[in-house]
Amino acid sequence: MLFIKCPYCGDRSQNEFAYGGDATVKRPEINKEVSDKDWDNFVYLRKSPRGKHLEFWHHVSGCRQWFKIQRDTSTHEIFKTFKVTEEI
Amino acid sequence: MQKYSLFSLIKNAFRNHKDWEVAWKNPKPKKEYDVVIIGGGGHGLATAYYLAKEHKIKNIAIIEKGWIGGGNVGRNTTIIRSNYMYDANARFNEFAMNLWRNMSQELNFNVMFSPRGIINLAHSDVQMNAFSRRGNSMRLNGIDAVLLDREEVKKLIPMADFSENVRFPIFGGLMQPSAGTARHDAVVWGYARQADSMGVDIIQHCEVNGFDIVNGKIKGIRTSKGNIKTKKVGLCVAGSTSILAEKLNMTLPIETHLLQACVSEPIKPILNYVVTFGAGHFYSSQSDKGEMVMGGDLDGYNSYAQRGNLPTLQHVLTEGLALFPFLSKLKMLRTWGGIMDMSMDGSPIIDKTHIEGLYLNCGWCYGGFKSTPASGWTFAYTIAKDAVHELNANLSLNRFSTGYLLDEKGLGTKTWIG
Ligand SMILES: Cc1cc2nc3c(=O)[nH]c(=O)nc-3n(C[C@H](O)[C@H](O)[C@H](O)COP(=O)(O)OP(=O)(O)OC[C@H]3O[C@@H](n4cnc5c(N)ncnc54)[C@H](O)[C@@H]3O)c2cc1C
Ligand SMILES: [Zn+2]
Repeated sequence: MLFIKCPYCGDRSQNEFAYGGDATVKRPEINKEVSDKDWDNFVYLRKSPRGKHLEFWHHVSGCRQWFKIQRDTSTHEIFKTFKVTEEI
Repeated sequence: MQKYSLFSLIKNAFRNHKDWEVAWKNPKPKKEYDVVIIGGGGHGLATAYYLAKEHKIKNIAIIEKGWIGGGNVGRNTTIIRSNYMYDANARFNEFAMNLWRNMSQELNFNVMFSPRGIINLAHSDVQMNAFSRRGNSMRLNGIDAVLLDREEVKKLIPMADFSENVRFPIFGGLMQPSAGTARHDAVVWGYARQADSMGVDIIQHCEVNGFDIVNGKIKGIRTSKGNIKTKKVGLCVAGSTSILAEKLNMTLPIETHLLQACVSEPIKPILNYVVTFGAGHFYSSQSDKGEMVMGGDLDGYNSYAQRGNLPTLQHVLTEGLALFPFLSKLKMLRTWGGIMDMSMDGSPIIDKTHIEGLYLNCGWCYGGFKSTPASGWTFAYTIAKDAVHELNANLSLNRFSTGYLLDEKGLGTKTWIG
């Protein structure tokens, strides 16, 4: 069981959250020319590192806010949680 | 190679079983190979076997960081099926089915292939319609499919919950009678023994940690036991693919996620089929030892941990109890996990890459055991001929950027949610 610190609600158990995937992926800017390569990078390609991973989570059974977690993908240690607007 | 037979068993019994040959040797890596396969799971071993057998390549090494069979091939729940709707997936996995049927004879090793049939349960009219469509597609591809109504399902699995007031009543199901299970370790050992007998070097406890690439061509690999020269490298590392891709400066359409499974204490035979619950993600079969083998959802977040977390297991077993209430009386014997190379459309990749001499075999998600022989066969073809075969032509790496996805389940890119 992961214990996750929601930046809004504090420590809660994993059951209250849903995972949202890699948070380093950037959507190509709207209204700009988007190449197939940019779109490919955004939709399909993932680094999927072993080690530190910055990812989105959703406190779906709580405050319903999205936020970011930096977590180790092999030990599951959670280093830090941030609001979506915050950078590391 | 010593042939396994009743005769050799009796002969060796008289010598107290002291004269059996080792099934495969434990060689030191040579300086150079014609082909190096990275990963001694089912797919790597099958690839080496077909390279030697079908393409007569002599100088092959398999490099395995742990021991052969210690990865997903030794952790899976052994379901073998070809109940796919898309032509590319159906034909590929039906090709595998044909190889499974003869595998014990071909490898002279009992892989205990047991075509006991799989039943996918439906819990609504809509699901029955979808299953009848899938069944028809399968039959068009020459794969056996039978649509069962509630009463027919009840005859086959009377121990399921057929009471009236359940949340997800069983409406019927789609059955592939020729699907089944096999002994996973035996598949590993069978391929390893045959590959070894044809001169393949199986090198265990040797981790690949880098590549030598000059002018876009593979020249060799770097391992924990030194550098090895080779012009052809086949990557068969399943859940570790992204780690090696990073060393190749490649970013792939896959993410590594964790899948758990568990078995109960052994009980007398009760379940004769592989059964999947259709209102969630739970499936079960009974092993030859009598254990109820059970599995379901991924843990749901990127993981290389090879061990799972309790909430998912609880969730999966809750579904299990909804389907088979008798499970509540059983004790859990073991739980474990493996790391899955989840592709973005749920289908695998067997292809060449932009690096000359580097070939990619990955994206097996939680269903790569059934494909083992077809994966090895087509990957060997692709490596030997530097070309894709008709069977893996659609399992291409560029299908994501070109839009020719094989999104069998229509889950979108987040296959780890489904
Ligand atoms: C719990 C569970 C249940 C499953 N159930 C089913 C099922 O019912 N039916 C089905 O069809 N499929 C199932 N699967 C999926 C199936 O097991 C996999 O898709 C398949 O085994 C992957 O191919 P493989 O056998 O070659 O992988 P693996 O056995 O994982 O082989 C990869 C090998 O590469 C090695 N390796 C990794 N990195 C390196 C390196 N740097 N250097 C050297 N070696 C390296 C690893 O040690 C490993 O031995 C299941 C998987 C799990 C975990
Ligand atoms: Zn919250």
